[in-house]
Amino acid sequence: MKFAVIVFPGSNCDLDAYHLVQDILNEPVEYIRHDTDSIGDADLVIIPGGFSYGDYLRSGAIARFSRIMPAVTEFAQSGGLVLGICNGFQVLTEAGLLPGALIRNRHLQFRCGQVYLRVENNSTPFTFTATRSDILKIPIAHGDGSYYVPPEKLQEIEDNGQVLFRYVNSSGEVTDEANPNGSINNIAGVCNKSGNVAGLMPHPERAGERILGSEDGLVIFKSVINYFGKKGVGAGD
Amino acid sequence: MKWLAKVEVTLKQAVLDPQGVAVESSLTTMGYENVKRVRVGKYLELVLEAADRDKASAQVEEMSRRLLSNPVIEDFSYSIQEAGV
Repeated sequence: MKFAVIVFPGSNCDLDAYHLVQDILNEPVEYIRHDTDSIGDADLVIIPGGFSYGDYLRSGAIARFSRIMPAVTEFAQSGGLVLGICNGFQVLTEAGLLPGALIRNRHLQFRCGQVYLRVENNSTPFTFTATRSDILKIPIAHGDGSYYVPPEKLQEIEDNGQVLFRYVNSSGEVTDEANPNGSINNIAGVCNKSGNVAGLMPHPERAGERILGSEDGLVIFKSVINYFGKKGVGAGD
Repeated sequence: MKWLAKVEVTLKQAVLDPQGVAVESSLTTMGYENVKRVRVGKYLELVLEAADRDKASAQVEEMSRRLLSNPVIEDFSYSIQEAGV
């Protein structure tokens, strides 16, 4: 399975994603620059975290119109797998490939630390090796991570099972205290209606090695690899 | 012909504006206790060339919708005037 990591000016988690795929998952991966037209023969496109174009105007707003994005959009619309992490999630919402928007954290603080996520839907390519209600310990690092979606759309994505991950406490309960940014319904990650495009604010690519404090992020990448019919990957042990 | 467009982008009323809340709280602390609500938005100025006002206006509308604002969370309004020489 071939991974591609898109690189915008200001991306800074591109290396983390590349490292995880190449050194931990042992799968082929390449960087795709923002000023090119093609994603090549990639099976999964990762839009990484960072501050593309300095987060000017709105996070992800300018990256969304960069030269590579028509190819990403076409790939997504033809069923290709696209995963947006943090700033990548913001880019995908700006592009209209995912519902909602990410706005300033409710408390205005940049939040950096470990959070717990509960898997809400394990029938997507990104989650199907997880079990529903699994609790994942994954780091966050963002200032504009408060997920917002208008009420009628919220009902729709909840009913469709488009909510993939919710912020919870270590016991798996959805509480205000466990919500690091004021996201509506504690939503940390969503997918599109057909399930092939997903985005989340936390960083699963930074939770793939024991030395980093958690390997819980691997389940997302293992899911997509298994989706491609490959069996288990070495977890770097 | 050159036109000056002034675009205002504001968060929709239903969207919480934590910056506005922080500014409001600061103003209250400063003694302006009659301030009941603050919303922080964005203001942009564009100078563009267009044959007439309608064409300039249509383009500003389109740019505001596509890039300058995010319709999921924001509203926009604009005015257009002849740009000074």
